[in-house]
Amino acid sequence: MNIIVNGEDLEAREGQTILQVARENGVFIPALCFHEKVGVAGRCRACLVEVEGMKGLQTSCSVPVKNGMTVRTRTPVVLEAQKLVIDLLLSTGTHDCLSCEKNGGCELQNAAYYLGIERPSISLPALAPSLDGTSAFVSVDRNKCIQCGRCVRGCQNSVVNNVLDFGYRGQHTGIIFDDDAPMGTSTCVQCGECVQMCPVGALTEKKALGKARRWETRVVRTTCPYCGVGCQLDVHVKGEDVVRVTGTEDGSPNRGSLCVKGRFGYDFMYSEDRLTTPLIRENGELRKASWDEALDLVAAKFKKIIAESGPDAIGGVSCARSTNEDSYSMQKLFRAVLKTNNIDHCART
Amino acid sequence: MTNSFGEYARAKLLFCIGTNMTEAHPVASYYAKQAVKKGATLIVVDPRRHALADYATIFAQIKVGSDVAFLNGLMRVLIEEELYDKKYVAECCENFDALKAKVLETPLEKAAQISGVGVEMLERIARTMAANRPGMAIYTLGITEHTCGKNNVMSVANLQMLLGNVGKECGGVNPMRGQNNVQGACDVGALPNVFPGYQPVAVPANREKFEKGWGVTGLPDKPGMMMPDMMDGLASKKIRAFYIYGENLANTEPNITHVEKSLAAAEFIVCQDIFQTETTKFAHVILPAAAWGEDEGTFSSSERRVSLVRKFKTPPGEARPSWWIFKELAKRFGQEWPSCSGKELWDNEVSVLAPAFGGIKYDRIQGDGLQWPCPNVEHPGTGFLHRDGKFTRGKGLFAALDWTPPAEVPDAEYPLVLSTGRRLYHYHTRTQTGRSGLNQMLPEEFADISPADAKEHGIADGEMIILKSRRGQVKIRAKVNERIPRGLVWTSFHFREGNANWLTNNAFDPETKTAEYKACAVKIEKVG
Ligand code: SF4
Ligand code: SF4
Repeated sequence: MNIIVNGEDLEAREGQTILQVARENGVFIPALCFHEKVGVAGRCRACLVEVEGMKGLQTSCSVPVKNGMTVRTRTPVVLEAQKLVIDLLLSTGTHDCLSCEKNGGCELQNAAYYLGIERPSISLPALAPSLDGTSAFVSVDRNKCIQCGRCVRGCQNSVVNNVLDFGYRGQHTGIIFDDDAPMGTSTCVQCGECVQMCPVGALTEKKALGKARRWETRVVRTTCPYCGVGCQLDVHVKGEDVVRVTGTEDGSPNRGSLCVKGRFGYDFMYSEDRLTTPLIRENGELRKASWDEALDLVAAKFKKIIAESGPDAIGGVSCARSTNEDSYSMQKLFRAVLKTNNIDHCART
Repeated sequence: MTNSFGEYARAKLLFCIGTNMTEAHPVASYYAKQAVKKGATLIVVDPRRHALADYATIFAQIKVGSDVAFLNGLMRVLIEEELYDKKYVAECCENFDALKAKVLETPLEKAAQISGVGVEMLERIARTMAANRPGMAIYTLGITEHTCGKNNVMSVANLQMLLGNVGKECGGVNPMRGQNNVQGACDVGALPNVFPGYQPVAVPANREKFEKGWGVTGLPDKPGMMMPDMMDGLASKKIRAFYIYGENLANTEPNITHVEKSLAAAEFIVCQDIFQTETTKFAHVILPAAAWGEDEGTFSSSERRVSLVRKFKTPPGEARPSWWIFKELAKRFGQEWPSCSGKELWDNEVSVLAPAFGGIKYDRIQGDGLQWPCPNVEHPGTGFLHRDGKFTRGKGLFAALDWTPPAEVPDAEYPLVLSTGRRLYHYHTRTQTGRSGLNQMLPEEFADISPADAKEHGIADGEMIILKSRRGQVKIRAKVNERIPRGLVWTSFHFREGNANWLTNNAFDPETKTAEYKACAVKIEKVG
């Protein structure tokens, strides 16, 4: 089917909402509480649009498309309504973009930019800081929270860890962990789903703090090095350093979700303890050696043993954590070069 | 896995036995929990009432090592009450009569007594599974790490075939692999009996094919030794040189004292790794390898999905990609290997020599990976195996199996069962997680014991205790945990101090040579 958005024919599928069709076609509508994974909430009311034949403005995240539907996203009435929502959110929080980790990746900031809001029009007294840095990997700034509920839905419906919820009422409504415990002592398992869901800088990765601005990093998609689920990760890299890891949003099998190891367990490659040269043991002590020296020694020793005792006197175990190409090469070395099938790995653990 | 992770979220029924997926495969557990939220039936069978049990429709607290008896009990109910899929069994399976005769040999009361799961519970689980088909059977090392591991696996397959659940979407037999690339290491032939793509070395045509592919002659025809046998071979001098790539055997293998004795007896050990470990202490030569993120390649996940692993940093110092190291060694034996990158190795060698991966090429997996079998470049990959009950071998073969107890069971001297595994915040011996800030989440290991045993021994939560088996002892903090039944102690092998493998039994499944990490006999003593 087709719908008409701002005078243009856009292709749409049954079951999609106006917002989904707009996004698929590169039409920007500010929308903060909707996320593909956790669905429609209809909380923020930033995504208002005009739909011909419907009374008043509609939240585009919740209206299913119908063939021939005519939608307008940039009329003065629409933009004014959107502005009101975004302006109020900016006014009631502490959105200090200069130092915020989310600067450049913030959906509230993007909405303000799109709507031409330079600074919030209402000026309220500064809020007292409300930081929770008690957990190992996540930092929480409640003054930046816009109560979109994406983190809550992520924690409850996506990773189903049931830690986050909304607490309190009215203007005091805010996110809480368990019965309003500090994140670090709550039952949170630090999977970081809530961080990935957060459209603003309210939930951020501690390890990324001060490491890079968003536009300084490149994203490299790869596969998690830990368990056999094989989650797809986006590694955000500055130069040679990992700044943060996020789950690949549309990647199989994990659809953007990760666990604590995949999301935060990435420093080991940079450890001072890394082996950086070949080592040879001499008189009980290890000493540095060149590649040629070390490899020549291994080859000579293997040759001698093969000559004396046959190839089956050599055995090898490959690594279940390294790549297919590496394990393939090792078994090829054993079979094609050393001529033994004594090659195995911890296949059973 | 015959099926895929994504199917968990859509399944009607999930039967999870011997898998603590909330900790060991967290993202898989998200899907299982999502299914429950949508109304799926979740059956959890485990000696520990672990976190997934909190979401379960039915939880059965099975005794360690009683799986075959338990599963035979379920099948007895299905057969006696004629609840099994008769059409499927008749059309797609064989050897049903032998299975039937076997499971009818043992009265349900006996199965209940062995497994600790009551007769009514056995009936309830069997009936629930029959009423909610297809269902997915999911397991992990709780099934395999036993001296009867292979029989456990075949029993799960028996059950799923009996229910007609194999070869269907949201069904199947689904072992989740522990490490990121155990599946892949098997796929590409790091096994003593098969070439890449599970092509047996004993078959002359396979050897001929690989001789041609590799440009060599005289590939060995006799299957090689499995790891535990190689380790024993070190002590007996049958194995004179041992090449250990990326494994910390001194911490991960059962009975550390025995393992270290074997390693110390070796004439020549080469270790290729990214760090010094307890194992490299025994090395004569250590070769520095590139780590994850320092080279391109692929991993194969549990769902048979081959996904790209990309490079984003250079290896430190002289560290080199492992394939380069193997290639350099081959050169010293006069062989020039052609491939010079992960892409060339996969595209020009692995996927050419192994038909199951024939259609998987790097340019096809730039986004999502592909699931094998994927025989040609037009093939979309295979989400679930044995479609319509058509098994690779033709028909699904039922195995008539007897239950056997673990190699070591509690007695008067060692009255408790020790079972071991992984925890959420660490991976194996912490060479990686221990250097990534995860110690903050779990700085030291502890032993989970039941409130009843704690009381009996006068042990308070958090108190240091001595855990002793016939093979060794460790000092470790006790955690009194109501999720643990009386008579069971549970701990991990993440830390050198208090490592469970000082205690575990180096007894193995006779065929698969999987060690019995999940069961041995121990006793608790107070410190001092
Ligand atoms: S880190 Fe994970 S478990 Fe913790 S609050 Fe966020 S989503 Fe929930
Ligand atoms: S992110 Fe967690 S669940 Fe996913 S592959 Fe990595 S370790 Fe496994």
